[in-house]
Amino acid sequence: MEISAQPVPGAVPAWRKQVDAERWRTLAEQLLSAGSRLGALWASDERDRGGGYLLRALYVIFEGLLIAELRVDPALATYPDLSDLFACAGRMQRAAFDLCGMRAVSISGEIPDVRPWLRHGAWPADAHPLHREHALSQPHPQTEERYAFVPVEGEGVHEIAVGPVHAGIIEPGHFRFSVVGERVLRLEQRLGYKHKGIEKRFESLSLAEGIRLAGRVSGDSTVAYAWAYAMALEGMAGTTPPARALYLRALFLERERIANHLGDLGSLGNDGGLAFGLAQFSRLKEDMLRTNAALFGHRYLMDRVVPGGVAADIGDSESAAILAEGERLRTELRTLRAIYYNHAGLQDRCITCGRLTPRTAATLGVVGLVARASGHAIDLRVHPGHPPYGELQPEIASHRNGDVAARIVVRFEEAFESLKLQRRILHRLPTGPIAASVCTPDEAAFGIGWIEGWRGEVFVALEAGPNGAIRRCHPHDPSWQNWPALEHAIIGNIVPDFPLVNKSFSLSYAGQDL
Amino acid sequence: MISAAGIAAQLTELALAVVLAPLLTGWVNQCRAWLQNRSAPGLLQPYRMLAKLFQKEVALAHNASPMFRTAPYLVFGCLCVAAAIVPTLGTDLPLNAVADAIALVGLLALARMFIALAGMDVGTAFGSLGARREMLVGFLAEPALLMVLFTASLISHSTSLATIVETLAHRELVIYPSMAFAGIAFTMVSLAENARIPVDNPSTHLELTMIHEAMVLEYSGRHLAMIEWAASLKLFVYSCMGLALFFPWGVAEGGDWLGIVLALPGLFVKLAIGGAGLSLIETVSAKLRIFRAPEFLGTAFLLAVLAMLVHVLLEG
Repeated sequence: MEISAQPVPGAVPAWRKQVDAERWRTLAEQLLSAGSRLGALWASDERDRGGGYLLRALYVIFEGLLIAELRVDPALATYPDLSDLFACAGRMQRAAFDLCGMRAVSISGEIPDVRPWLRHGAWPADAHPLHREHALSQPHPQTEERYAFVPVEGEGVHEIAVGPVHAGIIEPGHFRFSVVGERVLRLEQRLGYKHKGIEKRFESLSLAEGIRLAGRVSGDSTVAYAWAYAMALEGMAGTTPPARALYLRALFLERERIANHLGDLGSLGNDGGLAFGLAQFSRLKEDMLRTNAALFGHRYLMDRVVPGGVAADIGDSESAAILAEGERLRTELRTLRAIYYNHAGLQDRCITCGRLTPRTAATLGVVGLVARASGHAIDLRVHPGHPPYGELQPEIASHRNGDVAARIVVRFEEAFESLKLQRRILHRLPTGPIAASVCTPDEAAFGIGWIEGWRGEVFVALEAGPNGAIRRCHPHDPSWQNWPALEHAIIGNIVPDFPLVNKSFSLSYAGQDL
Repeated sequence: MISAAGIAAQLTELALAVVLAPLLTGWVNQCRAWLQNRSAPGLLQPYRMLAKLFQKEVALAHNASPMFRTAPYLVFGCLCVAAAIVPTLGTDLPLNAVADAIALVGLLALARMFIALAGMDVGTAFGSLGARREMLVGFLAEPALLMVLFTASLISHSTSLATIVETLAHRELVIYPSMAFAGIAFTMVSLAENARIPVDNPSTHLELTMIHEAMVLEYSGRHLAMIEWAASLKLFVYSCMGLALFFPWGVAEGGDWLGIVLALPGLFVKLAIGGAGLSLIETVSAKLRIFRAPEFLGTAFLLAVLAMLVHVLLEG
């Protein structure tokens, strides 16, 4: 397919392309038929520069990333809907309206879904926080708004409403089940309870400060976000981080992956009623976090990735300590894997539970670990790959079944693979500086970061303002694509299996609520 | 013939059951924590929990009926009577004349009915969900429990628990294959009835998977304390029932005080072993899918029926 587009400088192959409303739609159709995925969709306010609103759709194409840019007339504030082509676009389009005030309109002129997504009555329907004139501190009275859940009717159908406040300490989200007896007919999610205006906050920070906020979009993926942000910034500034810094970033990212997989495997055991698993995996995760704190100065490795490189280095003794820890972990993980795989009770809970078929996964544009467990071998460490992963040669772990058991298998396999990568990184760790200086990018410079976090691919799109300020920063969490898939995976399952299925997806609320 | 000593023994036994029940819960929790490599809460943690709950304010739903407020006391009352019927220390119990094994099952069913009604009273989705599941478990568990008790009755030719214990404890050591089957069935029923893994999870925070906990989610303060206490009492009653049926040795005959005092250490040891066994089962099993619970309890019923058949064929 033709790419008559302007390249975006940086570590990942990416292009930008200005389109008009008609081309916006035909390009999407073309890309869909070529097997591309919609990665993200977000809006900006360019009226102060005379550009109206700017809508961007990021597509993952075979060669890398393609960003379609559509200027939208503020008087009309409408653009062609993509949700019939890419199902995951629906929520992103609703969020774009809440934040920037433009509507997706279908070909027949209808607005597909007018319900708010991120707005929960904290600001009026006609106010849009990402408008430049909207002050960050502007107070709004909280208004009560009823959200129109899709009703399901029929003999014996009733609703179970769960959350946003749950019986345990977890993030807030509302789940509306329509059930017959114990069987789930439909699940509808209502998210956005953790909306805290991160995108607006970015605009009051400098490019150098922004990385700390990026690292806090979703705390469990701090390395992935910080690296994606750094990648975007380095691309804009034309900086290439030193080889040692890239290896250390990969080390941090793999350790983040291992720690989160350990935590999830424990919780999955616990949700299946096997508290033994939780105790064991929590211990392994905690040991790892303590090693992180001792060697790198932070348990979750927050702020260890900085623009131009990393903020923590290791010597030979630390390297030996990590390798020894990795060996211990591998042995213990093997034992626990045998227990999980051979435990009849746990396997009975997990096999066939919460199936996301490869077909549904493809239709919904699912990414990351969930996609890999549903037969889609997408891992951007492998393809298209970015330094230093080309040299580390990671292998994709995938499974075709798409059930909870498959997601457990993929987690185990990825944890082992990450331990292998950790060994390779430490054995081949280049010498040299751990950071390069990053010069201030020109105004309107645009950069993109794309990192395979433990949950899936994290994007950060960054645009420079005058004097090193951030004009616009859009962090995109893989949960945007995967939350809707959970609604499908639970259909036909029974209500008490939902926590297990939900945990096997392990999605971020904070990351998508922004 | 109701003697003063009998009444004293009866009251002592009841008081002991009420006071010791949370200790058994504490012990099971402690064992479970050890088996899972966690540092265990103190043995007295359930008492602290009860003390805390009794001091807390009661938050009631606006539409809570008197049924909702009285249910905790009714459930507690039912279980107190149940505890009084089971011969834990001695067999000369005045209440035995009025209540036998069948009445015991009835009392437990009555407690279940009250708590299920209370669960549905406020009208939350979880309360009804829990009540529905509880009745599912209950109607499958009760027949199995009755079958177990009938097997024991066939051996002793009486449905009075005291007579069963006396008969079983005083025969020369004979191995009853029927009681082996009945024992397994009884263990399975007890797990289900006491909301333990693999049927329910007493320590879960996942409201969608709960059975017992879902029914009592709306309770707080002293009401919740009564419910928690009643749950401990239920575990105690089931444990003592199991001990009475399958390990009756050491229970005092008649109402002599010395015998009752001597039976006490034996009871402690037996409960400690039983509690450790329970925590072991809970540690090595995962929770069943809810629709496997009927299969689980069906198996229990089958084993209980087998126990009866074995008795008729081999021991009759």
